[in-house]
Amino acid sequence: MTPIQAKRRVQAKRRDGPARVAIVGAGVSGLGIGWRLAQAGVGVDVFERDRAGSGASDAAAGMLAAGVECEPGEEALLALTLLGRQLWPAFRDELEAASGLSVGYRDEGTLVVATTQDDARRLRFLTEFQQGLGLALDWLTGSEARRLEPHLKPGIAAAVFSAADHQVDNRLLVQALKLAFTRAGGRLHEGRAVTGLLAQGGRARGLQLGGESHEADAVVLAAGAWSRLLPGLPEADQPPVRPVKGQMLALAMDPARPLLERVLWAPGVYLVPRRDGRLLIGATVEEQGFDGSLTAGGLYALLEATRRVLPAIEDLAVAETWVGFRPTSRDDAPILGPGRLAGLWHATGHHRNGILLAPVTAAALSDAILGRPAMPALAGFGPERFAAPARPLEAAAGARP
Amino acid sequence: MSVTSMPTASGSGEDALHIAGEAFRSRLIAGSSLYPNQQVMLDAIAASGAELVTVSIRRMSLEGYEEGPLDLLGERYRLLPNTAGCETLRDALLTAELARESLETNWLKLELIGDRETLYPDVLQLVEATETLVKEGFVVLPYCNDDPVACLRLADAGAAAVMPLGSPIGSGMGLCNPYNIEIVCRQSPVPVILDAGIGTASDAARAMELGCAAVMLNTAIAKARDPVVMAGAMRDAVAAGRAARLAGRIPRLDHAEASSPRLGLIGS
Ligand SMILES: Cc1cc2nc3c(=O)[nH]c(=O)nc-3n(C[C@H](O)[C@H](O)[C@H](O)COP(=O)(O)OP(=O)(O)OC[C@H]3O[C@@H](n4cnc5c(N)ncnc54)[C@H](O)[C@@H]3O)c2cc1C
Repeated sequence: MTPIQAKRRVQAKRRDGPARVAIVGAGVSGLGIGWRLAQAGVGVDVFERDRAGSGASDAAAGMLAAGVECEPGEEALLALTLLGRQLWPAFRDELEAASGLSVGYRDEGTLVVATTQDDARRLRFLTEFQQGLGLALDWLTGSEARRLEPHLKPGIAAAVFSAADHQVDNRLLVQALKLAFTRAGGRLHEGRAVTGLLAQGGRARGLQLGGESHEADAVVLAAGAWSRLLPGLPEADQPPVRPVKGQMLALAMDPARPLLERVLWAPGVYLVPRRDGRLLIGATVEEQGFDGSLTAGGLYALLEATRRVLPAIEDLAVAETWVGFRPTSRDDAPILGPGRLAGLWHATGHHRNGILLAPVTAAALSDAILGRPAMPALAGFGPERFAAPARPLEAAAGARP
Repeated sequence: MSVTSMPTASGSGEDALHIAGEAFRSRLIAGSSLYPNQQVMLDAIAASGAELVTVSIRRMSLEGYEEGPLDLLGERYRLLPNTAGCETLRDALLTAELARESLETNWLKLELIGDRETLYPDVLQLVEATETLVKEGFVVLPYCNDDPVACLRLADAGAAAVMPLGSPIGSGMGLCNPYNIEIVCRQSPVPVILDAGIGTASDAARAMELGCAAVMLNTAIAKARDPVVMAGAMRDAVAAGRAARLAGRIPRLDHAEASSPRLGLIGS
């Protein structure tokens, strides 16, 4: 420990925050929270049963698309995703400085294209909804879209450009968080599965790791799609989170002659071009539990939808295929805040937004654990929103008793 | 004036939907796909008043897991598995067997799509599949064309209800051929459930006014700006359309007829 870290730790103690925090899961959530707490001088241990990032965090596409992804029914979530988008540039700068790594942030924006008149009608409906929420989106003609991305096949019916929806290389992000966290004094334990939550006297006391126990003043549940399954979680603290399967693949473009500059959404697919030449193609959304298989139908649907807009992909080599599990809460919004059990904190349920929300998650949980005032945008995203039945069945006339 | 045979409302206010000997209070059958998220899905289905909820079993794990859609819906509603995504008789039979084993219901909404572009049903295979599945002990509700003859053939094959489309799946075009739907309703020996194409509440009311026993809908609720509010509108529309059907509408006339009393002009 450097003298500065030692001094910070003393300060943290003086503020009566917890001195030792144990975190379950080394995805972007667990590592981001760990980094912020370690920066504040707290002693942090992150336990990861596999490798850091091996859950959803390495599987993601890294889109920071608060704008074009906003759907009816998710108006409340928008406040949070917009905050994520706003915090990202400063978060990137600080993280790159702390880790010495680039996170591959690209700010060329996101283009959404419609290929048929029906697609254009759907896109118009969605865009009007999004513009009604104050999002800045430009409606383009097909030829304007093709001027931005000349490899697009002719026959684009309409398009929308969002200049503020960017992307980051989520795998580089995991590596950078890992370094920043350990450089700030945090301890990362990879290949260490947490086998239970330890609680005593109505408080979380630490974690069980096979035969060993690890004591802590606070425990953070950041185990992604597996968060519900941690043994020893009291029933009232089992978050309503399930895995939502996503199949993806990457093609290898010539980095000097990429087929795309911007993130592209087309009917049935999105494409994310990386600086290293990888073209990410995603993603299926499947209610298949933890079934990790790549299916013919899944890959076919992604490739077919891609070929319809970007025919030049036919010559590209397939670089990689994979499956990830989105940690999806019942309302698709993250669950951030104190559990029922004292000393237990939830940081899960991010669904398809965990990369976008990484700066928010890190700030929200570290502020809360250190007893700092909460950011106003966080109101309503705690675990307590699921505690009471969201809507008593009798309230809806005609519902089954 | 033509006199059509109208069902009459039973005075008790009990007007149950009967399918295969079972009674349901709600005449709205809800789908479970395409919602923005599961909370909205649960809230919307609750607001719709539906008792029967369809699930696309080829698109989800049948093993069931906590917080999964089958578990959440199964706790609250009677599930009606469908064979969405099946294109051959064989696929449909296999899927039906899987559904019966894992969901413990022999009810089945039979979907056999003949063309991926229009998603129109494959009527030839549908009749054969209905016959086979009924023999295998299933209660079969086939999704079919708005073709009166096809609907009769399906009923002959043992369908417990027929589910003709109003317009192509997800199109929201409403009832493209209300005359056919009316004929199907008049002729069908089994309940007619309008399926597919509903865009907004008046479409659902119209289907009920034409004589449908129930309406099945998914996209119109799930993809509305506010799915929960739209679900409530659909519940009311189905109830209103049913009541109007039972009440019996006035005849359509070519000319105005003053509604103020003209006492003493004609009659006693
Ligand atoms: C195909 C796909 C595409 C996506 N695209 C995007 C996108 O473009 N933009 C975006 O913002 N988000 C995207 N997401 C969502 C994003 O990946 C997640 O929301 C985010 O990674 C969640 O991070 P996390 O740290 O909470 O969970 P995870 O990254 O899943 O980390 C949880 C970790 O906990 C570990 N763990 C679990 N149980 C235990 C235990 N008992 N002991 C020890 N360790 C344990 C796991 O091994 C895992 O490493 C996508 C997701 C998928 C699947």
